[in-house]
Amino acid sequence: MSALEQGNAAPYPVATATDARATLPTTLPTTLPVARCEALTKVYGDGEARVVALDGVSVKFHPGQFTAIMGPSGSGKSTLMHVMAGLDAPTYGRAWIGDAELSGLGDKGLTRLRRDRIGFIFQAFNLVPTLSALENITLPMDIAGRKPDQAWLDQVIDTVGLRPRLSHRPAELSGGQQQRVACARALASRPDIVFADEPTGNLDSRTGAEILGFLQSSARTLGQTIVMVTHDPVAASYADRVVFLADGRIVDEIDSPTADRVLERMKSFDGTELTDRNGAA
Amino acid sequence: MLRTAIRNLLAHKARLTMSGLAVILGVAFVAGTLTFTDALNKTFTDLFKDAAADVSVEPKAAFDTGMAGMDMNSASSSLPAALVEKVTGVDGVAAAAGYVQANGVYVLDADGHVADTGGAPGIGISWTTDPELNSASLIDGHAPTSSDEVAIDSATADDLGYHVGDTITVLTTGPRMHATLVGIFRYGQDGGLAGASMTAFDTATAQRLLLAPGRFSEIGIAAADGTSHTVLAGRLADALGASYQVNTKEQKAADQAASLEDSLKFINTFLLVFAGVALFVGSFLILNTFSMLVAQRTRELALLRALGASRRQVTRAVLIEALLLGLVGATVGLGGGYALAYALKGLFGQFGLTIDSNLTLTGATITWSYAIGVAVTLVAAYLPARRAAKVPPVAAMRADLVTTPRPLRVRTITGGVTAALSGVGLAAGTAGGTPPLVAMGAVGLLVAVIVLSPVLAVPFVRGLGAVLPRLAGTTGRLAKENALRNPRRTAATSSALMIGLALVTGFSIIGASARASIDRTVDDVLRADYVMSAAMGQPFTTKVADQVRGIDGVRSVAVERYGTAQINGHQGYFSAYDPAVVGDALAIHMTDGKLSALAGDTILVSAKEATSAGLEVGDPVSFEVANGQSRRLTVAGVYGDDNALGPYVIALDTYTATGGVPLDQNVYVTLDPDADTAAVHEALDRVVADYPVVQLRDAEGYKQDKRAGIDQLLTLINALLALSVLIAVLVVVNTLVLSVIERTRELGLLRALGMNRRQVRRMVRLEAIVISLYGAALGIGLGTVLGLALTTVLHSQGLVATAVPVPQLVLELALGGLIGLVAAALPARRAGRLDVLDAISAT
Repeated sequence: MSALEQGNAAPYPVATATDARATLPTTLPTTLPVARCEALTKVYGDGEARVVALDGVSVKFHPGQFTAIMGPSGSGKSTLMHVMAGLDAPTYGRAWIGDAELSGLGDKGLTRLRRDRIGFIFQAFNLVPTLSALENITLPMDIAGRKPDQAWLDQVIDTVGLRPRLSHRPAELSGGQQQRVACARALASRPDIVFADEPTGNLDSRTGAEILGFLQSSARTLGQTIVMVTHDPVAASYADRVVFLADGRIVDEIDSPTADRVLERMKSFDGTELTDRNGAA
Repeated sequence: MLRTAIRNLLAHKARLTMSGLAVILGVAFVAGTLTFTDALNKTFTDLFKDAAADVSVEPKAAFDTGMAGMDMNSASSSLPAALVEKVTGVDGVAAAAGYVQANGVYVLDADGHVADTGGAPGIGISWTTDPELNSASLIDGHAPTSSDEVAIDSATADDLGYHVGDTITVLTTGPRMHATLVGIFRYGQDGGLAGASMTAFDTATAQRLLLAPGRFSEIGIAAADGTSHTVLAGRLADALGASYQVNTKEQKAADQAASLEDSLKFINTFLLVFAGVALFVGSFLILNTFSMLVAQRTRELALLRALGASRRQVTRAVLIEALLLGLVGATVGLGGGYALAYALKGLFGQFGLTIDSNLTLTGATITWSYAIGVAVTLVAAYLPARRAAKVPPVAAMRADLVTTPRPLRVRTITGGVTAALSGVGLAAGTAGGTPPLVAMGAVGLLVAVIVLSPVLAVPFVRGLGAVLPRLAGTTGRLAKENALRNPRRTAATSSALMIGLALVTGFSIIGASARASIDRTVDDVLRADYVMSAAMGQPFTTKVADQVRGIDGVRSVAVERYGTAQINGHQGYFSAYDPAVVGDALAIHMTDGKLSALAGDTILVSAKEATSAGLEVGDPVSFEVANGQSRRLTVAGVYGDDNALGPYVIALDTYTATGGVPLDQNVYVTLDPDADTAAVHEALDRVVADYPVVQLRDAEGYKQDKRAGIDQLLTLINALLALSVLIAVLVVVNTLVLSVIERTRELGLLRALGMNRRQVRRMVRLEAIVISLYGAALGIGLGTVLGLALTTVLHSQGLVATAVPVPQLVLELALGGLIGLVAAALPARRAGRLDVLDAISAT
């Protein structure tokens, strides 16, 4: 378990989590969630091929909180993220970003919501290959026709340490650098919430640790709400809170996780873990 | 292996569609062009193959005038009726009949206008009663038997909506006549007259109206059973003596086809060039589409190799797949090509050029279609297979196999060198007036532009793209970057459009120059106030000139007649004028001698002809016309106006004395300086009213009339080129759809990041417009260079002025943009409709 050790050796020690949050300058009432869902159910297929990807999931994501959604493949964690981010529609149940109920928004409304209030980090293929790093970072605001907040942009760029490579195209950047550009892009438009889908899945563990540390500090020092889907206990250990999903249901939740605790939890689900389900991942 | 190949084909629907469509389009373009040009060609060459008589007797011509087919109405060159009996008496003749045929006979429509034959002549014939000797066969009514009955060909009857029993008006070179339409006939096998109209009279009436009583134009003879045409022709020649021309059906068809081929040389060359372009574009299209699919293909083949397939097995699978695709594509393409040709035929019909010949897929067309469809597809599929063999199998495992774009350096160098050499060749050929060098330079330049196109695309798209972000923000910038992403693809996508518009531009410059040349020549030479001429350049009765002479205020009337003669043994065209009045009508610019020296025993020569024939003032020349009459003339002067007057000018007296037909080609009317212009015009109008075939024009109208011929030709050429532009649109559609499929994940990412459907669609559209504008700009540039070079070379052929139709070129550029917009409709829709979730999780 060398990955685990490396995760613990990351430059952002988990132990400081609570202290850092205590110093947050935010005055937002923690009772009002940035995003939430109620009784979300998502069913794919029909008859024999019927697969229940989400089975009555209710969860809240609070401001400045870095949440990891964990679960074996087929547990419905990606589906939950897609529905919460307005990329997919639930079969039953409702989801909100702030006070906006997603099912009440059409394609236009959802597009605008994604553009203005949500940041995305995907596992791979995160950047538009024809645009430079800087252009990729400002892309959501450019699409919206908004001017980026220059001071904020500078801060984000410096935080991810990309200043010398801003004019490079994605093909000229390493995988880690590309993912840092994706992080910067997700943060640059000051979204209400950032959804990250296996952001370190394609990276070696060292580079992955950098990205995770960066996400962690964004939540702690910048107050950015982040929801990350992962199946890697080390990645989950960077979060403030881990939500465990299995068979489309929330089966457990732990705060201030460590990799060991997460791994332990995961092991306890081994018995119930089902084989890979098509379409439910 | 076959099953794997078929499965593989069906498994990749998108790729199958793209590459299959490329094969179909390429083959359809080739098959359509070849089928259409075949039909166009056949329409003209078949015109005379329908002769019914086995052997024919004609007046002997001193030489072949080279005027195809129909100028046989020379009164002096006709046969006496008595000759028919003499012919009938010859052993082996089963039947013989004399008949009359002449030009200048038109059927008027219900409104009294001359039916439009699209430049084809109006022919009058005598009805031959013996069906064995008659090329026409009645399909309705009966044959004309009296002077107030006529029969007309079925195409003309259909056009004008005439039925048996109607009373119709027929214009002849003589008086106009009203007659009852008693019969409708079909000429030859398929009624093909290439748009010409044909009117049949009974023999006596035809002789009276078109020739002279008791005379025939020709005698048609049917051979008795068992007598060969050649033997019979030999016997007839012996019996009739040397003053008659005896031809077998086969000889005649060959002669006419040969002389026709000569006069259709231009259109044949053009059609050949166009077929060449079609073959080229078709192959290019298939190769390009396959090369675009290479990345996906390479990964897939590398995977097969990784799984243990041998290199040979992979190659064989690829080739079987390509063979199937090529066969199916070529077959569908053949059908599509036939449909295209059918559409073109209809289009040409709209412009008055009737294509009678049925469209047939000839062996050559089918061969070429399959050759292009199958062979090119095999090559196109083999190339990526070979490249895949070089890829290490492990590369297949990588999710993001990127085929690094090869550098454009080699292209830049080879293209640059080719362009430079072609440019030098073009310049040298233009300056030295050597057409072969110009042709080579033109082809070389086209090749160079195709080679260089990806290199040139980068600065063009950058330059044009600079305005896009300002116009459309991020959408615009993304569109620009997408067009820049793969310059090879951008170039390939725009290539068909480039070639099409290069041709359109080249011809439009030649056309504009020809129009400008006409204007300049007419301004230069025409002195008369009015010109009277018949539609389609047919000669008309001298009564018109006679009546005009009687009008008050008309100072002089000069008639113009044309002919062909052997001058010192070399054939040349001449015009004939009355020396007394020609100076009023035309400003002839003499470079040597005097215009006033033109008389019955003199001839004037153009400066150009004088140089090439080595003639000087005072030289004697022999002058012999087709009917065998000849004169000794003296060169009395040299003039500079070769374009307006042709190589020789003789006096009207000489023309008449040598048996020239008393029909006028043009009548020039010059008014008294103090004449009441309006009154004269009115009087002239009244004269013309009696002769619907004759048109009255002032200088401006005369120019317009001359320009109309060029415009019609240009329209036809552009109609043919419309096919290549249509293909160009489909090429752009094909590539864009492919690009959209390839960029599915990227589009998904953009949608996830908040780009709405409209923005996605706009992005695709803008990319298409940029690419199309690039193709259009390159094509217009290339076409301009080629057009100007050709215009310069054609200077000696009468293109004395050079004109660039700037508004039209601007319009073409706009058309290029519009084509991009139209072509992007489907791909943009597709891109806009992508489901975000599917797109970002696509592999």
